[in-house]
Amino acid sequence: MKNKLSRLTIPYVIWMALFVVAPIIMVVIYAFSAADGGFTLANFAKMGTYAVVFTRSFKLALIATLICLLIGYPLAYIMSKEGPRFQRVAMVLIMLPMWMNFLLRTYSWMSILENNGLLNQLFQKIGLIALYNNLFGTDLQFFRMMNTQGAVVLGMVYNYLPFMILPIYSVIIKLDPSLLEAARDLGANTFNVFRRVILPLSLPGVLSGITMVFVPSVSTFAISKMLGGGTELLLGDLIEQQFLGGAYNPYLGAAISLVMMIIVVICMAVMNRFGEGEEQAVMM
Amino acid sequence: MSKELIRLRNLCMVYDDEPVLNDINLYINDKEFLTLLGPSGCGKTTTLRIIGGFATPTSGDVLFDGVRINDVPPYQRQINTVFQKYALFPHLNVYENIAFGLRMQKRPDPSDPTGRKKVKIPEEEIHQRVMEMLEVISLKGFEHRKPDALSGGQQQRVAIARALVNRPKVLLLDEPLGALDLKLRKDMQIELKRIQQQVGITFIYVTHDQEEALTMSDTIVVMDKGSIQQIGTPEDIYNEPKNAFVADFIGESNIIDGIMVRDKLVQMYGRQFPCLDGGFDENEPVDVVIRPEDIDIVPVEQGQLVGTVTNVTFKGMQYDIIVDFRGFKWLIQTTDHSPVGARIGIKIDPDGIHVMKKSKYSGMFGDYSSFSEEYDELDDASLAPDEEESGDEE
Repeated sequence: MKNKLSRLTIPYVIWMALFVVAPIIMVVIYAFSAADGGFTLANFAKMGTYAVVFTRSFKLALIATLICLLIGYPLAYIMSKEGPRFQRVAMVLIMLPMWMNFLLRTYSWMSILENNGLLNQLFQKIGLIALYNNLFGTDLQFFRMMNTQGAVVLGMVYNYLPFMILPIYSVIIKLDPSLLEAARDLGANTFNVFRRVILPLSLPGVLSGITMVFVPSVSTFAISKMLGGGTELLLGDLIEQQFLGGAYNPYLGAAISLVMMIIVVICMAVMNRFGEGEEQAVMM
Repeated sequence: MSKELIRLRNLCMVYDDEPVLNDINLYINDKEFLTLLGPSGCGKTTTLRIIGGFATPTSGDVLFDGVRINDVPPYQRQINTVFQKYALFPHLNVYENIAFGLRMQKRPDPSDPTGRKKVKIPEEEIHQRVMEMLEVISLKGFEHRKPDALSGGQQQRVAIARALVNRPKVLLLDEPLGALDLKLRKDMQIELKRIQQQVGITFIYVTHDQEEALTMSDTIVVMDKGSIQQIGTPEDIYNEPKNAFVADFIGESNIIDGIMVRDKLVQMYGRQFPCLDGGFDENEPVDVVIRPEDIDIVPVEQGQLVGTVTNVTFKGMQYDIIVDFRGFKWLIQTTDHSPVGARIGIKIDPDGIHVMKKSKYSGMFGDYSSFSEEYDELDDASLAPDEEESGDEE
């Protein structure tokens, strides 16, 4: 041992080996195993069947991430410009939903979006549905919001938005104010201070925000089950079915997990490259 | 001298009911190197920020070339700033840091006769001006480095180039050498003065380091507690301080209570000393400043005053000795060694005596009684390496 401190890392190394590395290795082994335990590539051969699910999952996760970014960045930026009291209150409001159980939060959206849920009742009261029927010659009793892809995306955005806001906010708030003063001093107006200094310097926060929203969105299963009504099968649901559902096939489940993991890693790598490229582009 | 460029008129600044600047009146000439000098909290940085446009005065006017610019935002002023910690953009390399201001600029299109169309500065001109600046700061070949790959002194010079490339009429510098070590600071002082003379613009420099101020400035403005104490050339400030604060802040001073008997005659310790000052009332109580280097040590019988040496510090060029004259301790710098406990006489030439009117600072400075401990500490520090050396010899 070089020094005493490095000995302190041993428990963490063991932890990582047991609970991070070992499960991944098991997933890999399972993915290449047949039911009888022999080596096979058959699990991957079936992957083509699920291309629709893959596409749908990545599409919805991408949309949710984009919406989170569009809401989260301006919010984080505005927060950083306000006084400390506003920042504290805003922070509590952002964190508040996270203190509630994930499933409970999602259930509450069900009762809001249902056919005779809160939102539809409201629309009925203010005559929105009648107006719609008049305008388009339809005969709707309610708007169908549950069990749609929109509801699934809404659930993702609602649940993962804080993970977009917080990293961006923490990067912006730490920006040295003298950098912004220097930019103004050198002739940058408010827009250019943002475009040339704040935006490029907050990119690391944006990248980690995207990662933290995109990755759980791709693999989520509860949200799609509850708000998508199982009609919009996502990767998470598919994998869950292989392990816990009637279609019991952990080998296929492991293979799907592995493919998903690899695609996610590639996405992240490309994005990080793009992030660096963006920085270069801003410089030009 | 040259013409006036900036004028501060009755400038007051209040933060949270706390007055920070108190009726500042100051004019700054074109191509002048002016230093705002004072201890921290004296209002020097606030004054600079007001000139730069980062703070708005509570009352009073800032005039630039005769035009009131109180409400002109920083990016519309022909003034650029070098910030205390350089504030280089970490995501941009040296070239892009310097080019930043040029890329922000738009100017009338020369091909448009109405002059209303604005265009960006063409890339060739940006390149040429950035390269020119890299030459001025002697950092050619560093243009692709990121700021964090530069030393403190290099970052400092990039910060200066980034401001100067915009060809401002005035450069503001907020304690720019504070983060550098002593040797580098001395080099940069000379460098800064050279750059200022080379580009021929006004520098307004903020520092708490009196030596820095004396080395570089054409004009020094000494500030304390939000007020200007004295404005003058380095020589004026050093030789003719206006009050005890200035005398103490700039260089070392013994400040003694005295009575101006009449013009050119001052009384201290009941003895009369010829001096060169005048213009006081007869028998007016005054503060007398005597610089440590203006005191001659003489045999006791020839001395105008006689005291006891209480402390001796070897400083290389001279000894700093503390001498007790009836309970008031003086600092004397001399090349002659006098042992601790010796009785010595001193003689002061008339031009070594400077008489000041009494001020609110009277009695607060100029006695070296409390400084003896500090000298002891310095002694210990300077002894340590000597001991090591002697050990090596054995």
